[in-house]
Amino acid sequence: MRAKRRRLAFVVCGMVTLGAAASLVLAAFEDSIVYFYSPSDVAEHTPPPDRRFRIGGIVVKDSVIRGADATTVRFRVTDTLNTIEVAYTGVLPDLFREGQGVVAEGQLDSAGRFRADEVLAKHDETYMPREVADALKESGRWRGAPGGGE
Amino acid sequence: MSRLHGLASPARFLRLADRVQPWTGWGAALLIGAGLVVGLGFSPADYQQGETVRIMYIHVPAAWMALFCYATMALGAAAGLIWRHPLAHVIAHSAAPIGACFTIVCLATGMLWGKPIWGRWWVWDARLTSVLILLFLYLGYIALANAFDNTARGDRSSAILALVGAVNLPVIKFSVDWWNTLHQPASVTRIGAPAIHDSMLAPLLLMAAGFLCLFLTLLFVRVRAGLLARRLRALRHARAHAPAVGGMDTGTGLS
Repeated sequence: MRAKRRRLAFVVCGMVTLGAAASLVLAAFEDSIVYFYSPSDVAEHTPPPDRRFRIGGIVVKDSVIRGADATTVRFRVTDTLNTIEVAYTGVLPDLFREGQGVVAEGQLDSAGRFRADEVLAKHDETYMPREVADALKESGRWRGAPGGGE
Repeated sequence: MSRLHGLASPARFLRLADRVQPWTGWGAALLIGAGLVVGLGFSPADYQQGETVRIMYIHVPAAWMALFCYATMALGAAAGLIWRHPLAHVIAHSAAPIGACFTIVCLATGMLWGKPIWGRWWVWDARLTSVLILLFLYLGYIALANAFDNTARGDRSSAILALVGAVNLPVIKFSVDWWNTLHQPASVTRIGAPAIHDSMLAPLLLMAAGFLCLFLTLLFVRVRAGLLARRLRALRHARAHAPAVGGMDTGTGLS
């Protein structure tokens, strides 16, 4: 009986210690675990111009400007507090839309503009049929756009 | 006393399993069948993803079950370590390959979804990486559990690995809340109403219930086989170490 209780205590203490250690490690490595930085993160600690990183946010409504050659595109990405201008040459994913989430990888140029060489669409957690989405938009109860929070 | 307890309990478990298994087996067939029909045939396309949304009806339940199997495995491992209960170890060993399969299904369907939606098959964000680690934990556990000739030793070593790996479960679940990830946050289990329309939630829950029944059914089958395998091993062991009776010892070369 005593042996069992000792083993129980051992396992419980072990799991608590392990959990604490794991959370400390994860907290310490937070900067490398995040997949992208928000425009506010970038505004707070601006990375040097040659450092590659990813930014993520919502594509601002009516900010997408396509270049003459149809593969160059400029748009603004926002987290509602700060906004960053992104320039990208290449094929955009199908789900790239204004008012929707996006993650871009690249680096800042000297003008503070983000030069992306890869753009990924970020899907949010909302799932609904098109008719419901249209009905919500019509009745003004839509909360996704424009540039709205995730 | 403890030996009696240990012998009685697997028998009780098997009696219970015999009674429950037909229900879970038929439940799995009916629920998954209904889920597939509703999910593939009757549920609407998504306003953003279009038809691709239907991958979710396999992906999300598989992901839930991958976590649930690991939780089952870790609880079995803990019970086996603490109470030295052989049935608990057998349950843990039986859950592992099932969980590994659910994890593979989750990763494969996730990649099929990621390519058309995100534009990439795979990214190293916190959610995807932690689920890949889950798969490696399953594989490592299975390898370790079978690496020892001594059953008790394999039980104990693999149980410790299972418990250490359990730290990964909350990381997987909350990775999308703690860090910026490409993977979207939870739709169903979030605070407030699910962010998923009822017409899509229905097939998702049908499939989830079906996958749970499937897991239980497979678990019962595997536990039954695992207990028999252990008994066979013990008998062989006993025969190999029994005093030889007039040259009858040749049969032990079987194992």
